[in-house]
Amino acid sequence: MAEFSRLPGIGKRTALRLVLHLLKTAPEEPEKLGNALVRLRKEIRYCSICHNITERETCAICSNPRRDDAVICVVEDIRDVIAIENTNQYNGKYHVLGGIISPMDGIGPSDLAIDSLLVRLKEHPVRELIMALSATMEGDTTAFFIFKKIAALSLPDIRFSTIARGVSVGDELEYADEVTLGRSILHRVPYENSIPK
Amino acid sequence: MFLRKLTLVNFRNYPEAELNLDPFANAFTGGNGEGKTNLLDAVHYLSMCKSYFNPIDAQSIRFGEDFFMIQGSFELNQNTENIHCGIKRNQKKVFKRNQKEYDRLADHIGLLPVVMVSPTDTSLITEGSEERRKFLDSIISQYDKLYLDDLILYSRVLTQRNAILKQAAQSRTFEQEAISPWDLQLIRLAEKIHFVRKKFIAELIPIFQHYYSFISGAKENVEVHYESQLNAGDFAVLLEKSIGKDRALQYTSVGIHKDDLAFHIHGVPVKRFASQGQQKSFLIALKLAQFDFIRNIKGIKPILLLDDIFDKLDDLRVARLMELVSKDNFGQLLISDTHPERIRKIFEDIGRSIRCFSVESGTVKADENSIAEKI
Ligand SMILES: [Zn+2]
Repeated sequence: MAEFSRLPGIGKRTALRLVLHLLKTAPEEPEKLGNALVRLRKEIRYCSICHNITERETCAICSNPRRDDAVICVVEDIRDVIAIENTNQYNGKYHVLGGIISPMDGIGPSDLAIDSLLVRLKEHPVRELIMALSATMEGDTTAFFIFKKIAALSLPDIRFSTIARGVSVGDELEYADEVTLGRSILHRVPYENSIPK
Repeated sequence: MFLRKLTLVNFRNYPEAELNLDPFANAFTGGNGEGKTNLLDAVHYLSMCKSYFNPIDAQSIRFGEDFFMIQGSFELNQNTENIHCGIKRNQKKVFKRNQKEYDRLADHIGLLPVVMVSPTDTSLITEGSEERRKFLDSIISQYDKLYLDDLILYSRVLTQRNAILKQAAQSRTFEQEAISPWDLQLIRLAEKIHFVRKKFIAELIPIFQHYYSFISGAKENVEVHYESQLNAGDFAVLLEKSIGKDRALQYTSVGIHKDDLAFHIHGVPVKRFASQGQQKSFLIALKLAQFDFIRNIKGIKPILLLDDIFDKLDDLRVARLMELVSKDNFGQLLISDTHPERIRKIFEDIGRSIRCFSVESGTVKADENSIAEKI
């Protein structure tokens, strides 16, 4: 029970419910769960291209030939990938940064998958790069930092865009409902227009 | 706009209190420490979501209790607005408007404006620049929501930028490209805030001078100057120039967080050269100018809270002040005074009625005769 309640979002009551539930099920059920948890840590890893999670070298999205290689959507973490995938409105690829720049939390550009994004773009130029970071000061700063880095590479004809959304402080991408997110991933705005004046 | 009814539970020295207020003038009288000021501060809470005097909410909970509650029934444009403020130990502050809880306290500030005049206002003259920035910010935030958002964002960017400067000093590596995106945000926000502050001060000065000469009855040359590093010109250039200094200090040494107001009388600082009476008149004039400004911009007369202002003003100045604030361009008055006869006499002399409440160790009673006058 103590082990369960150490997980995020699980309090003592929920932990107790899970234990009682597992005691009631067939003996092989908890074993299956246990094995799955062991496999999770051993077999799940980060995709070598986009840093999404996967059981293979590259994730299902990166290795899917029907997805558009020429569009990359830059997100903060895999929860954003899941949120955008759930909209069924996006057919490009992703790049998962693993966070956003926040010096006060000790997170600088080198702690994020920014260099690997630059390498990726140099090797395989894209048509469009979508910045889908949270609408916070830190999200905007991260987007701007990446924008500057890429601009310095002088790649041919790359279009920058952001997902259309009202800038409201603390309105995280993860919580945006799917309909809005689907609409915003379809109607993106050129990045230049979104730089606060 | 006026406060019709005020209810307190466990607020400071009040176990429970309920007051039906006069839409025009009210006086709370009693000795020092009996709880007069607490009543004015409760009204300040309902307007600004915080105490005028004590930034720590939990310290306003009555000794031995674990929560306090303030409720006010206001009359605004012929509608009743029921405001609820609840604070429980170790829990977040709850504010409700007509039973509906606010998501952000900032959404409430400005709905029911108040202006407080208190003996503690001398800190505006005697203390550091932070007090004067707070004064500026609390007025502007009441009518400009974007300003408050920008201030919050500015201080966040500043924290981030200072964190970079600190880390750079510790690791002995500094990258301009790591700081530039933050500079860009800082510049954008600083320029917006500077513009709003500058405009506000420019509009406040003539109103302030008008009130000063009215209260003091003297032709004295009083001035308020807005001092900002951004007055000199381009903030981007200034920021670039001071990067060496900032890296040495490990914090940002330029910006609107260094702004100040300079108060002058006949060209010399009020703090050092003005008499007690002049300082008092100066502060009251400043507060009345604040009142005028909010009224003009919002079209609502704020509630004027006058805390113990009589002690340092001579009778003539008090009389002028009361005559002024009893006129039509002022709204509801809540006054605290140690002498019930004095306040009653002043209002008798100017031919206006006032509802008086006696305050004694955490209990309030409306004086019978002052209510009878109304009926
Ligand atoms: Zn991948």
